[in-house]
Amino acid sequence: MAKLTLYVNKELRSVEVEPRETLLDVLRDKLGLKTPKCGCDRGDCGACAVLIDGKSVRSCLVFAIECEGQQITTLEGISGDKLTDLQEAFIELNSFQCGFCTPGVIITATELLEHNPHPSREEIQEALSGNLCRCTGYTPIIEAILAHTTKEGK
Amino acid sequence: MKDFRYVGKPITRIDGREKVSGAAIYTDDIDFGPNLLYAEIVSSPLPHARILSIDTAAAEQVEGVVKVFTGRDFPFKFGLYMKDRYIFAQDKVRFVGEQVAAVVARSQQIAKEAAALVKVEYEELPAVLDQMTAVCDECTLVHPELGDYPHVPWFFPKPGTNIAHWRKTRRGDLEQGFAEADHILEENYEVPRYAHCAIETHVAIGKFDHSGRLTVWSSSQSPHTQRHLFAEALAPMGLTHKDIRVIAPHVGGGFGGKAGVTMEIIPAALATKLRGYAVKLRWTREQEFVNTYQRLGVVAKIKLGVKKDGTITALDHKIYWDAGAYVEYGANVVNAVGLSAIGPYRIPNLSIDSICIYTNLPPGGAYRGFGYSEMLFGLESHMTTIAKQIGMDEIEFRRKNAILEGDKTAYGAAMNPNGLIEAIDKVVEAIDWHKDYQNTDPRKAIGKGFAIFWKAPAMPPNASSSAFLKFNEDASINLIISGMDIGQGYQTVMAQIAAEILGVNPAKIRVETPDTDRNPYEWQTVASHITWGSGNAVKRAAIDAREQILDLVERVHHLSRDSLYLEDEAVKCHTQPSFNLPLKSFVVDGIPTEDGSYRGGPINGRGMFMPEFSSATGDPETSQGGHPNVHYTVGAGALILEIDRDTGKMKVLKAAEAIDAGKAINPDLVKGQITGGLLQGLATVLYEDMRYDEKGRLLNANFTDYKIPTSLEVPEEIIPIIVEVPQPDGPFGARGIGEHTMLPAAPMIANAVEDALGIRIRSMPITAEKVILTLLQKGKQDA
Repeated sequence: MAKLTLYVNKELRSVEVEPRETLLDVLRDKLGLKTPKCGCDRGDCGACAVLIDGKSVRSCLVFAIECEGQQITTLEGISGDKLTDLQEAFIELNSFQCGFCTPGVIITATELLEHNPHPSREEIQEALSGNLCRCTGYTPIIEAILAHTTKEGK
Repeated sequence: MKDFRYVGKPITRIDGREKVSGAAIYTDDIDFGPNLLYAEIVSSPLPHARILSIDTAAAEQVEGVVKVFTGRDFPFKFGLYMKDRYIFAQDKVRFVGEQVAAVVARSQQIAKEAAALVKVEYEELPAVLDQMTAVCDECTLVHPELGDYPHVPWFFPKPGTNIAHWRKTRRGDLEQGFAEADHILEENYEVPRYAHCAIETHVAIGKFDHSGRLTVWSSSQSPHTQRHLFAEALAPMGLTHKDIRVIAPHVGGGFGGKAGVTMEIIPAALATKLRGYAVKLRWTREQEFVNTYQRLGVVAKIKLGVKKDGTITALDHKIYWDAGAYVEYGANVVNAVGLSAIGPYRIPNLSIDSICIYTNLPPGGAYRGFGYSEMLFGLESHMTTIAKQIGMDEIEFRRKNAILEGDKTAYGAAMNPNGLIEAIDKVVEAIDWHKDYQNTDPRKAIGKGFAIFWKAPAMPPNASSSAFLKFNEDASINLIISGMDIGQGYQTVMAQIAAEILGVNPAKIRVETPDTDRNPYEWQTVASHITWGSGNAVKRAAIDAREQILDLVERVHHLSRDSLYLEDEAVKCHTQPSFNLPLKSFVVDGIPTEDGSYRGGPINGRGMFMPEFSSATGDPETSQGGHPNVHYTVGAGALILEIDRDTGKMKVLKAAEAIDAGKAINPDLVKGQITGGLLQGLATVLYEDMRYDEKGRLLNANFTDYKIPTSLEVPEEIIPIIVEVPQPDGPFGARGIGEHTMLPAAPMIANAVEDALGIRIRSMPITAEKVILTLLQKGKQDA
């Protein structure tokens, strides 16, 4: 066991971890943050995506111990007290079904818009290509992101 | 048509905020505290073997291991339609991945490490890995005891063989029908197995407390059916329905894979021997691939006779299903298709043999489409081919033979009202079918494919739904039902139905996921029956509440009952426009009277629905008689496909799909089913299939090797079309559409590939690799 100190959704947290534990397991089982989901445990599905220092990563592929001192953002941190306009667009356009992949999708889309506020359809498709969704056929997700970014004032 | 306030409106989903914020709780998200135990199974490495011994000593000595269990601890059978499964393998294993033992430990890691120390000695037996060679005099039997297995009365197993069920449907005079034909076409079609690939794997937690009560938290489409099957299987331990509670939180995708009972029985059973602990079992992605239901593999032999004018005279359809090692659910897929393998066509002379064959592969079971995708791949490929062979436009051919209201189904009942012709015409128009699609790039070929489809819910004749509805002080409503929102939008649609009857905005209606101790009975969320069946129950519960409200207002205010109606969360009166009694003023607290006393009290509605006209009593040799299917939902689809002549790579440029929803309670959600279901269907034909080696081992049990579509594989344009020919016994005319949306995908691609390149591929999937190899083969032959 080793002591790990990191920022999770802007809060400083300390936790004892084993070197083999993934960030996903530590977030879910030791820090109580349940929005990163385990869909494959090998980096294929993107359901466990979180932001580390603003960059999206699959938390099942990162050892927790590697995250010493880093800023981790999960969907809990994005939702906060008020959902973002992007999330409101997902609600408005019914851009989810079972909802299991949604946290990872929002994380990825949030990162995309951070760097590219007006992505093309193709850029959105490219950015989301690591987030598997079995329900929606992706079209409603792509459309929510497009609708959000083309709103007046955005 | 009556103008509705909430029904038929594309309102936003009532579970949106919960799911998009991340607040939604899925089974694996529930905390059970530090006393939670983790189970890991020991699984069979062989497809068929006798278990000689199991040595658990080494595993038991690992620090942190609480207990190790084997089949000896649970010698109980279970199954939905046929009791052919055990909780753990008993004397034999019948597929690679089957659970033989389980280690329960303090942590997942310890359980996993200890499970690797369990030594199982096997005597390997010959395995049956192909349904086409599984029926012969010398064949190894997967279940020599088949004759002893209890099953539903509409299954016809053949003990002493590997045939678990044989559905025969006969109508008219087949020989005469072929004699009348001017042209006969015979072909075989093959469809491999597929995996559901819900992004959430199966997970369940069982807890047997010190008072003797078993609670199971389960990611499930079927909480009540699970409770029933647990109660049946665990009855020898003294458990009854009252002692068992199934709680089903949000489900991360179902597609049929979380119907019935598969792995959930394991933590439920383990918990009963570990009183006071919660025991969790979560499948890894690999286990999800190898040890849950899979879509059954199919070989179909089709013989179709037509006259010169395109009239179909006879169909002989033989379908051989690779149903896997246990068919307790899968045999009903075989049954459903055996009653419906004429497709949405009027066929006077027919013979269908739908044969459920045991193999030593993982159990087949429900998968979105319930066998109809597999059946329609062959049938709709065949229809296009035969139309071309007699020189007839394939659309005209389909229009001419399309089943109409009142025509006889394969089992002799009358076809329900339907908009099949309208669906065909709307798709033709939307896709601009008669346009001559040409590509300017000579390296690319363009083809167009068409298909029509139908599917009925496959349910026992007494499958029921029920609903409770309770008003709160502010006239908000808790709708208490037990269907599962597996993503399709069930909760929202049910809220819209109740809202319409009660004049309350759906946003004021909360629908929670079910708990069998608190929510009333629902058979299962399968078969695309839930909008129809549960919708009827909800409508009745809302009407029950409305009648209580109107009774009360009539009694207290002495207003004519006929003049009262509900609107904008108030009781209003046609004859006294000024009368406006807000629901919130009395639906809990009652209505005050002059003497200071009150009348009324909390309004609680109750409703249930059972299709009382349904029966499964058809003749075993012909399936004639009875009314096994409640109705069919129909539709049509077409697509434009671009194919790279050098690589075989395919791209869907445009797809249109029309479906007869009867009444789309929420059109946006129907369209959501079309975009999602269509891509899942395209995936089965363009990318996916399960590959097994000669030892029955799955070779691609992960998302790297079993490729499901990403956002890059989306068709460039999808045109969803809703047709509405009301279902007379549906809520507001609605019938189900969820599964159907993927049905036309595979034959559309097969037909488009032939249109583009002149090659007919009769086995799925139709990957780029297969297209280019077939093209090269054809080139050689032509040369």
